[in-house]
Amino acid sequence: MNNDISQQLQQQIQSAFEQAASKQAAYEQTSALQIIGGGSKSFYGHTISAQALNVSGHSGVLNYEPTELVITARAGTLLSDIEKLLENNGQMLAFEPPAYSATATIGGTIACNFSGPRRAYAGAARDFLLGCKIINGRGEILSFGGEVMKNVAGYDVSRLMAGAMGTLGVLLEVSLKVLPKAEKETTQIFSCSFKEASEKIHGLSRTALPVSATCYHDSVLRIRLSGTNNAVAAAMNTIGGDTMESVSDYWLSVKEHQHDFFNTEKPLWRLSLASDTENLAIKSDTNGNDFLYEWGGALRWLKTDIAGDKIQSALAKVEGHATLFRKSNASTEQSCNIFQPLSPGLLQIHKKLKQAFDPKNILNPGKQYPDL
Amino acid sequence: MHTTEHVESTISDTALITALKKLVRSDAVLSSDEDLKPYECDGLSAYRALPLVVALPETIEQVQDVLKLCHSHKVPVVARGAGTGLSGGALPHEQGVLLSLAKFKNILHIDPTRRIARVQPGVRNLAISQAVDQYGLYYAPDPSSQIACTIGGNVAENSGGVHCLKYGLTVHNIQQLKIITIDGELLTIGGSGLDSPGYDLLALMTGSEGMLGVIVEVTVKLLPKPERAQVLLAAFDDIVKAGEAVGNIIAAGIIPAGLEMMDSLAIRAAEDFVHAGYPLDAEAILLCELDGTNEEVSEHVAKVRDVLKQSGATEVRTAKDEEERLVFWKGRKAAFPAVGRLSPDYYCMDGTIPRKQLPLVLKTMADLSAEYNLPVANVFHAGDGNLHPLILYDANIPGELERTEEFGGKILELCVEVGGTITGEHGVGMEKINQMCVQFNSLELQQFHAVKAAFDPQSLLNPGKAVPTLHRCAEFGAMHVHKGELPFPELERF
Ligand SMILES: Cc1cc2nc3c(=O)[nH]c(=O)nc-3n(C[C@H](O)[C@H](O)[C@H](O)COP(=O)(O)OP(=O)(O)OC[C@H]3O[C@@H](n4cnc5c(N)ncnc54)[C@H](O)[C@@H]3O)c2cc1C
Repeated sequence: MNNDISQQLQQQIQSAFEQAASKQAAYEQTSALQIIGGGSKSFYGHTISAQALNVSGHSGVLNYEPTELVITARAGTLLSDIEKLLENNGQMLAFEPPAYSATATIGGTIACNFSGPRRAYAGAARDFLLGCKIINGRGEILSFGGEVMKNVAGYDVSRLMAGAMGTLGVLLEVSLKVLPKAEKETTQIFSCSFKEASEKIHGLSRTALPVSATCYHDSVLRIRLSGTNNAVAAAMNTIGGDTMESVSDYWLSVKEHQHDFFNTEKPLWRLSLASDTENLAIKSDTNGNDFLYEWGGALRWLKTDIAGDKIQSALAKVEGHATLFRKSNASTEQSCNIFQPLSPGLLQIHKKLKQAFDPKNILNPGKQYPDL
Repeated sequence: MHTTEHVESTISDTALITALKKLVRSDAVLSSDEDLKPYECDGLSAYRALPLVVALPETIEQVQDVLKLCHSHKVPVVARGAGTGLSGGALPHEQGVLLSLAKFKNILHIDPTRRIARVQPGVRNLAISQAVDQYGLYYAPDPSSQIACTIGGNVAENSGGVHCLKYGLTVHNIQQLKIITIDGELLTIGGSGLDSPGYDLLALMTGSEGMLGVIVEVTVKLLPKPERAQVLLAAFDDIVKAGEAVGNIIAAGIIPAGLEMMDSLAIRAAEDFVHAGYPLDAEAILLCELDGTNEEVSEHVAKVRDVLKQSGATEVRTAKDEEERLVFWKGRKAAFPAVGRLSPDYYCMDGTIPRKQLPLVLKTMADLSAEYNLPVANVFHAGDGNLHPLILYDANIPGELERTEEFGGKILELCVEVGGTITGEHGVGMEKINQMCVQFNSLELQQFHAVKAAFDPQSLLNPGKAVPTLHRCAEFGAMHVHKGELPFPELERF
């Protein structure tokens, strides 16, 4: 699919902007637009009611040069199409993004800054973002960054878009650094306590061994190794454990939240914190099985009914943050903050940046924080 | 060349100096011409200006106080680390305070388990790796200036080094910053985890050239030292073949830890200077470093050797031991000063291009070199397309610096033209302010100004740098080619 609808998108934003500009401030909300890609992540963030701005029709790979390690695609391009193309050339998106549905687009992936199991070892979506073209809230089409690895001309507006959930601009095109796939991949399993798992992981993180993912849950630690044939073979010997069958299915199920752990009626929380944090002030009600640990312990999934503000204040104590990733099926809208509240100083800067990109509050207002 | 942007401060010079002396130790406020002299320029010595006063605070509170004072009296502030910047970023403002972070020299905390170090901004880049070496760790970004440059300056410039193709730039290797905004507020950006809620202010601050806030603390990520590093040196009789070899290595699925290219002028200069044993008859050499586990390095060395030979290398050497590895690198690391010995002055450029454009860019540069009658040596971070053409000139010959700058400007415009950028790692500063008008249109520049205003509405932090005013671009456009009109009509378009 190769389709350029940037003009339509621009017109829709321009007219929303003009409409908002001509209205009294109190009515501005009504010209708001809700940016929709593949709808695969509609569960994420606050629910907002606003007219749809559909980006999925803006699709197609614009440039892919395997030896330059760069791919540029329109935001509505399916993530799966990009992954297929890279796979055919022995390359990959090293941040291993979750799709959560076959309809996932590359634009939505970057807007949410979603990264998978390899994140702790290769980097996040934002780390691989080289440049982007956006439409800001004034309906202006702007390009930042580019297709080269090193570029420090102007502020890093591209990376600012990663994780902004469309509140600063609608992504039209993104350029990403890609990497070669590893020759060999294997996963070693260990039965152990969390403490033992954490010690093992932190011991390994002081070595050059080619670890590319870790997951601990239900008293089992899994460590994935990726690299050249000999390097992986040697690392298997060094770290020991049993070798796991059907490796890719397992990591796929963790990444896509299809693993049994994620099959729950309870709210699902995403905790981001220092990897070796032990005494988190959150009581587990199932002997630890309500937690699943990735990224060497720096990412923890928690299914629980504990109140959101309790969880977020526990995370604040360890300088981490908690996100209500999926609301429970029972209640459609949670009353608590979905994202960890920002300090007053940071919130102020966020509001001013929102003003700088989207002065009339048109783009996904309230999707991430009520005031943005 | 450059003019300090005029501002209307609301405090007299003497009153400002007196007030500063109450906020920081009085011997940490410098105002005599003699004391100001060492601060008149950064690594780009062609641009000079004396600040009104230099302040050297030593605590976060003092920095806050100084900024509050400057904010309330509309006094410009220019932050300075070690002053090794190559784009005039730390060039003082004649009516302003030069805020040196030189006294913030402490490594505050090292956590080997979390693999992080919390350091003050004035800590030298290399000092971090030296301090964590005892844990088998290091800080990956390694600018050639790493003995001298500070981590605060590295963050402000998003500095890179020879290892950034594999290990990333500064932005990929920091976890948390403490900054002070112009109104004196202390903000913590980032947290203990791998990401933080809200907008990616960590990325926005990185490379912001002292325009958005003053960095007073940096938490860097550390990496385990590789089990083994091995370097190959390949000689080519044609620089285009060397460029193709780079693409072929990557096509073979290998990301080297470092991949550097030098042209014949740079090779000869380096060899004369440090005797690294470089082949003097080569048109280009490639240095390819591979690191990782023992097994991985062995496999990759064998593969890269084959690729280099198939790509037409006339000679491929593998460093036989650590000593020889360091000798191979020594020539590359000394390339700038080595080239500096060939002529009274040299001017270091810093554009990035898509690698496949290398032959075209080299040829056009050679033509420009002939046109301006100024020799150019090329040192190239080949893996990531970051070119450092070094223009040789003599500042004592009237008009030669101006011609050099014009030639340099053309090189940068060429980089934009082929799909690259005017700066890969040295920043825009004062130097490349005009070329920003070539790379960005006025709407984009306005968006940058809006970002700046979100932090510093009165434009007191490093005024006049990094992002040109539209007025300036209009003037520049009247004199030079700009976007609509293509500067290199003979080039193929894409
Ligand atoms: C021989 C030589 C080789 C070099 N090689 C490389 C290289 O390989 N890669 C590379 O990327 N660069 C290189 N550089 C450029 C330079 O070393 C880097 O840009 C470095 O990061 C500058 O650090 P500094 O401490 O000297 O900063 P300064 O030059 O003092 O300042 C640079 C900019 O940062 C701002 N700044 C400094 N400290 C702070 C702070 N605490 N808070 C806010 N703003 C601040 C200043 O206002 C200025 O705009 C080289 C320079 C030289 C002279």
